Amino acid sequence: MTKLIYFAWVRERIGKAEEDVELPADVKTVRELLLWLKSRGEEFESALQHPEVIRVAINQEHVDHRELIGGAREIALFPPMTGG
Amino acid sequence: MTVAVVPMVRIQAADFDVAAEIALLTQGRVDVGAVVTFTGLCRDEAGSLAALELEHYPGMAEAEITRIANEAIERWPLAGITAIHRFGRIKPGENIVLVVAGSKHRQAAFEAASFLMDYLKSRAPFWKKEHRIDGSEGGWVDAKESDEAAAARWAKS
Repeated sequence: MTKLIYFAWVRERIGKAEEDVELPADVKTVRELLLWLKSRGEEFESALQHPEVIRVAINQEHVDHRELIGGAREIALFPPMTGG
Repeated sequence: MTVAVVPMVRIQAADFDVAAEIALLTQGRVDVGAVVTFTGLCRDEAGSLAALELEHYPGMAEAEITRIANEAIERWPLAGITAIHRFGRIKPGENIVLVVAGSKHRQAAFEAASFLMDYLKSRAPFWKKEHRIDGSEGGWVDAKESDEAAAARWAKS
């Protein structure tokens, strides 16, 4: 199981802050994960309409969309950051 | 003998005291010739903002700012570096973020503080949502390209 965590408007559009999922075997990269999630229903379609803008962290470190997911425990999806 | 500099990073709902943080960084030592602080405040230009709500990724927020602070320690000869970022509901005029950089000389302190802020803006997992005075939600603040550009200027060639 992989824990998925969502923040800011990604969380609001999906309608939950986190979930545990069993990733399909053919989901190997971050990009493939985003495309698979997008197909999981209207709320995911709305949150991930433009997957290229979504930022992703694996085990609390930023990664780009080509990154392999491997045995990630925790994957977070969020919009570009606006702290400071 | 050099002692490894360990950054002080705190993510908290409570406000911070700038003078107390400077004192914490310089106490008990006489080799710090320069301290630069940056304080970021919640600002309202239109007169319509009730508060900003700052959401963060607990765990990663600390980890990411610590990674950035350690990079600053590698790049400049620092005596100490502190970063405090608040979360939760913050009203116009209140503090959001503090960076304190101490060094022997001013140049390193100025540059390290500036570097930390530029990187924090585009890499620390925080998101701002606006709440308006009329009770409506102003929506999520958009990330600025100028912040990305500010971070990019520190890239090593």
